[in-house]
This record gives sequence, structure tokens and C-alpha cells, in this order.
Amino acid sequence: MSAAQTDVLIIGGGLMGAASAFFLRQRGRSVILLERDQIGQYASGVNFGNVRRQGRFLGQLELANRSFALWKRLPELIDDDLEFIASGHMRVCYREDEIAELEAYAAAPEARELDLCIFSGRELHERFPFLGPEVKGGSYAPHDGHANPRLAAPAFARAARRAGAIVEERCEVTSVQKVGGQFRVTTSDGREYRAEQLLITAGAWGEKLSAQFDEPVPLITKGPQMSVTEPVPYALKTVIGVYTKQPEEVLYFRQIPRGNIIIGGCNHTKPDMLNRRAHFEPQSILKQLQQMRRLAPQMANLNIIRTWSGIEGYVSDSLPVMGPSGKVDGLYYAFGFSGHGFQLGPGVGDVMAELISTGSTSTYIAPFKISRFANATELRSKAS
Amino acid sequence: MATARLKNLQKDTLRVVIVGAGPAGTRCAETLVAAGIRPILLDENRRDGGQIYRRQPEGFSRDYATLYGSEAEKARALHQSFDRLREQIDYRPDTLVWSLTPGQLCCVSQGKHTTVDYDALILCTGATDRLMPIEGWQLAGTYSLGGAQIALKAQAVSIGRRVVFLGSGPLLYLVASQYLKAGAKVAAVLDTSPLRKRIAALPKLLARPGLLFTGMKLLAQLYLARIPVHLGVEPQQVLGEAASGVSAVRVRTAGGATLQVDCDALALGYHLRPETQLADLAGCRMRFHEASQQWVLDTDEEGRTSVSGVYAAGDGTRIRGADAAEHAGRLVALALLQDLQQPVHGEALALQRRVLTVMDKFSRGLYQAFPWPAAQAKALADEAIVCRCEMITAGELRSVVREKGACEVNRAKAFSRVGMGRCQGRYCSQAGAEVIAAAAGVDVERVGRQRGQAPVKPLSMLTEELKQAEEVAP
Repeated sequence: MSAAQTDVLIIGGGLMGAASAFFLRQRGRSVILLERDQIGQYASGVNFGNVRRQGRFLGQLELANRSFALWKRLPELIDDDLEFIASGHMRVCYREDEIAELEAYAAAPEARELDLCIFSGRELHERFPFLGPEVKGGSYAPHDGHANPRLAAPAFARAARRAGAIVEERCEVTSVQKVGGQFRVTTSDGREYRAEQLLITAGAWGEKLSAQFDEPVPLITKGPQMSVTEPVPYALKTVIGVYTKQPEEVLYFRQIPRGNIIIGGCNHTKPDMLNRRAHFEPQSILKQLQQMRRLAPQMANLNIIRTWSGIEGYVSDSLPVMGPSGKVDGLYYAFGFSGHGFQLGPGVGDVMAELISTGSTSTYIAPFKISRFANATELRSKAS
Repeated sequence: MATARLKNLQKDTLRVVIVGAGPAGTRCAETLVAAGIRPILLDENRRDGGQIYRRQPEGFSRDYATLYGSEAEKARALHQSFDRLREQIDYRPDTLVWSLTPGQLCCVSQGKHTTVDYDALILCTGATDRLMPIEGWQLAGTYSLGGAQIALKAQAVSIGRRVVFLGSGPLLYLVASQYLKAGAKVAAVLDTSPLRKRIAALPKLLARPGLLFTGMKLLAQLYLARIPVHLGVEPQQVLGEAASGVSAVRVRTAGGATLQVDCDALALGYHLRPETQLADLAGCRMRFHEASQQWVLDTDEEGRTSVSGVYAAGDGTRIRGADAAEHAGRLVALALLQDLQQPVHGEALALQRRVLTVMDKFSRGLYQAFPWPAAQAKALADEAIVCRCEMITAGELRSVVREKGACEVNRAKAFSRVGMGRCQGRYCSQAGAEVIAAAAGVDVERVGRQRGQAPVKPLSMLTEELKQAEEVAP
């Protein structure tokens, strides 16, 4: 069989891969996207759906702002509705000294576009009367919001396809090599693809591919723990998330206009990478309910109707791997978004398309380059 | 099937847990007790009996004939067996098993969360109605046949003043006759299965002539009471207003005429579907059952699932009816005893297997006589609601297949929300699968089945972990 030739080959059909395919087509590059299972099946399809900028590593806000501008252009941009609502996002805390930390973040020059506003005391509880008495303060981001993760990656993939990209699902890559100036990728059903440029957007599996090019990344896999209530009248428009250093306190929730309240946090599980399934651990729900009674006590009268998990890739410093390879010409990476990639999706696609097509990008992504692990001895988390 | 796990366990320390106190669970517990094992029996209901032999609440005094009609003697026998057993088992009613992990069940009872460890788990989780949508079925007053039966047995109320029974299968006639016996007004019995299917199924149904006779007697009672009974109908629409609910049901008769029956309630159902969510969460293999055209739990003849230490019996495995469930309950207990290397009479095993072979043949006859009306899904109007929890129409579901390429049940669920509501697809996903298959132009088996996700039933957010002190308090 003759090999399929394309300008850019993308491995991994999550939101990053699908958005990159779409924006590469906008720039006139021919694209083939290979996905082993279904588009957006793992991290991209099961995450909380936060379109949140506040709280990110400050050095990531330029990228997040670029992505936010694209979210605002939906649904026209891809001719599909991802249920994005700029509903506002509230980052709350249980301790007085944490308010000062929220204030410091809000005052940072990088966060200027976010228009953050700090609430505390009586004003906080008047504005957000559903928050429990233990909540001491919060940082309100009026432009942040949420969208439907189940729809996002498939919608970008369909838009890419309509624009001329080839998107192959259930297509497992078995080998990747660079021979001469060309990447050669073969799949388990015997097909071969060739391209001068290769983009790895394989999420939790990204490190397996980067390691083949002698660029290992300290990446672990985690299963987020999500649950959802029965529908009730739409009243809680603001996305709420807890700012804390105690992992068991990290709870977040959002209500969608049809009424269900989606809840996440408090726990992670270890995915079953052999069968590619991540399970929701029953104990997670008890932890979430306990924290929910503290965060928003009145919600306790509802019922949980479903729980789920997925497979996310976390890098040891909680920052993604994004940018050109440090070792191989024509090779690019965008994976390991460490549980905070959903908002970045459109921006990552746009930046990677720019980078691959022009050789550089106007957006600051230096902290995410893979070469930071080339001789790293100590790595610590930069996300809060 | 997998059995390795149990080999080295001792009978006196072994933790055997049965989920479900219906016909299968009760007979399973009885057989284990006879062998010197004290099982834990968890049941979601407040009283034993399961669905078909559901016991009325304490304080109600209707007699067996009134409550169970043709099934009175079987109900009485099962209840008496249970009453004799009660002190020899660890019986925990009003306990929902909402999830599980290997070796541990997650339970909730009256808002308190507990875990129950198991070495061997026997799932006797029964069945619920198998439903096919009809335009207008979201109107208040539309019940499933099983729901109509629960209203009568547990609460001694009819679902309406004039009730139409629509669908197919033995339960259609059983519930209609139970309503008749209770003094309710049955407006009509409308069966989608034509007479010729029943005649064709006779050789199989004759495997159990007594039961066939009981079925004919039910039909005769309906005719004697001058209840209109129509065979081979095509359901068209439930009529009514959102505020006042159901006012009539319209069907096309076998002769091609339009028939409209006035009523204020409708009981709907097409046989049953197994409740397999716990088995699914345990990772047990499922298989597509050709005869009934639905996914069922894959077990060996005796009830071993693909997961070591997990067993299943009764309609929660595949639908064979209450009599078969009693035998399957005994058989699965014998299988467990065998796996524990306890002495089991070969004769006892052979007897249960023989009986079940006959019942299998009969149940195949029932599927032939009262087939699942898959073609209705294809003919369903675009405006008809498929998923009543989320109010998603057939047209919306078809559009995610045609426009977004979602030709698999879980994918179509993610895009359309069919199966994402309170029932978690238990009542809509089979019909949804038929709509998807018809829109995609493939066999229903090819579109897969909706994956089970905890909780098995809605879980109150007030649920708290049971504290040690509370456990010992009276």
C-alpha cells in the first residue's frame, strides 16, 4: 500500500489535536489527524468544562487570553455550539490569610485582562448567598465561564474535516520514525503516513511518543472524579472553585442552564492504562458530599445521578509540554496539560498552527518547552 | 467462567452476599442456609418478594388471591420460605447497593452509607420494564406495566379511573387482569403482537402447558369481563394536554382501522430487561441475546459470571420469568457450593438444570409470541420523545447519528443526552439504540450498549458515612 502524504501529521485526537488540525487548515496546510480511539474520548471529553483563566500560572495567562478570544468567537468560528457561557468564575477560600494570596494574584500585571474583583465578609455572602458560612473570601472573574467538554473536541474535529483535514478514528499508531527529512508513521491496520512535520497531542500517552525521540517527560496519569446532580431550576450561574492547599478541600461546581449541577474534585484515582479506563472511586463521592455541605450547604437536598472519570496526563511541575522538540526538526508537542487544558484548547490549536506554519509564535510559551526536562534535576509545581 | 478466587476460603468465615430478595435471591439464600452458610441478603425494598411477589406494606390486609391473582400460591410459598429463613440469614432491607469495587459493596440505607465486604457475590437484581416510546408518552398518566403493578400491590391504588394497557408480553395480561380483579376499570388491552406469532410459538410454549393454560385463562377472564382486547395493533399516539395528562390512546388495528380509546392512564411495556448495572460495574462480560434482541449478562449455565467470585441468577441475568428465577437461585447457590468444594448432590444440580432447560424453551416461545417491536423505533415520529428524563426527541437523536456520526450508543448519549437523566438509560437506552441503529442503517447489536455508571439509582447528597457509634446503637 502506498503511504499517505500530508504537510502535517497529528497523533492524538483530543481537543489539542482537533483544534490544531482546524487552525492548520485555516492556514492552508494539509493535515491528517490519527486517533487511536474516538475523538475527545479521554481527558478532553470528561473534564469539568471550566473555561477559567484565573488561578493559572501567571506565565500562562497570555496563552489563556488568546484562547479566551477564540472562545468568544464561538459558535461562528467552527459553526458549532459548545455551550460556552461567560458566566463568571468565583475562586473562594476558607482562610483569611488566603484572601491576601487571592489579592496578590489579582494585582499581578499578567492578570490585568481578567478584571478580578475580591469579595469578603458580608459583601461576599450578600452577593453569593448560597456559599456556606465557612467561606471567608473569593476572587471573582467576570469573563471566565464554562462549556460542554463532551462536545468540544468532536466539534473541532468536524470543523477541521469540513475544512479539508483527514481525521482517522480507531487508528492506532504502532511506529513513528524520522527517515531523511520525513516522519513515517505506521498503524496497526498496516497503513503508512508520511509528513515533514509531526505534532504529538496524545495527552496522557504523549510522553510515550516523546520518549521515542529521546525526550522523556516526568508525566503521571490521573483519573479526575466527576459527578452530576439531577436537574433543578437554573440559579447558580457562577462557576465556583475552592482555592486551598489541602487537596481534599479542592471542590468545584457549575450549573448548566438545563439544570444539572456538575461537581468535581477532592480526589483522583489511578487509571487502568491497560484497558484505557479510569474508574470513579465510590469514596470520592463521600468526600465531595462532605465538602459540598461545607461549600454550599443548601445543595445537599439534591441527588447525584451519575459519576465518571477519564484519563489525564499530569507533568511533575503541573505545566504542559508545548512547543517544538528540542532535538528533532519538524517535531512539535502539545500534551500533558495537567488537568487544566480545556480552556486552553482553542488557543493551543491556534498557537501550534502558527508555530508549525511560520516557525514562530507571537504568544509566550517558553515555560512549556520540552527541553526544560533535558537536564532538570529538581522540578516543582508552578500552578496554584 | 472464573472461579479461582474462592478455592482456599473456609465456609464459616466466608462472606457471601446476595443482592435482591426476590424469587432468585430467596431461593439462593435458602439453599445456602441448608448447606450451613449464613449469607448477607441486601434488598432495596422494605419487604421481601421482589417485584412480582412484592409484599404489601405492614398493616395492609388484602389476601393473596386479591393481590396476586393467578400467582397467589407461588407468592405465598415464597413468602413462607422467606419467613422461615429470616433468622438464619443477615437480612438488610431498605438497602440500596449503589456501587461496588472488587470485594466491597457500597450501600446506602436511610441516608447512611456503609460498605459490605464480600468473598462471593450473587446478583439477583431482577428486571424492569422494557419500553418502546410512543408519541405523547411523556404526558402525566403514562406508567410502565411494572409501575402500574407496584401502585396496586404496594399502595392499593389504580394508576387511573380508566386504564389502557398497551404493549406486549405476559405481563400485559397479568397486570390487566390484576387491575380487573382489584375492581379497576380496564378500558382496553392493546397488544402489538399479532395472533399468528402466538400460533407459531405454540410448540415452544407447550414446553410448559400449565403456564400456557394460565395465560389463556387470564385472556378468557378479560374476554368474559367484556374488556376490548386487540391483537396486532400499531401504537400511534398518546393524546392529552400537558396540564391534564393522558386523555386517550390511538392505535391502528390489525385490520388497518384507527382506534382511539379514551382513558386517563396508560400502562405500557414490552416484556422486561435485566438490571445489569452492578454486574457491569463489577466488570462482568455481557452478551447480545438474539432471541430477545437485547444485551444480557453473560454467565455459564449455573450462573457464574466472567468475574471470579461474582455470580448471578434470575431475571437480572436474562429474562426467563419468576419460576425460572427460583430454580436459577437454587442452582447458583449449588454452583457456589461446588466452587467452595462443598459436597453437592449431582442429582440436585441435574434436576435444576433440567427444569431450567424446559423453562428456557418456554421463554424462547414467549419472545417469539410477543416480540420486541423494533420496527416502531424506525417509524417513530421525529417529534416523539425518546428520553423522558432529558426530554430528547427521536429527531434530535437521529441528527447526532446523521450529522455528527455518532453510530454507537455511548457516543450518541454524549452528544444528545439520551440516557443521561435520572433513569440513566434504564428506560430509554434500548429504544434509543434501536433509533440509532435504524438511523445508521446497521443491526442494533452493532451500536453497542450503554455503559453502566454509578450510582445505580440516584444518591442523596445528604448521604453520610455511618459512624461506628451509630452502628451499635439500638
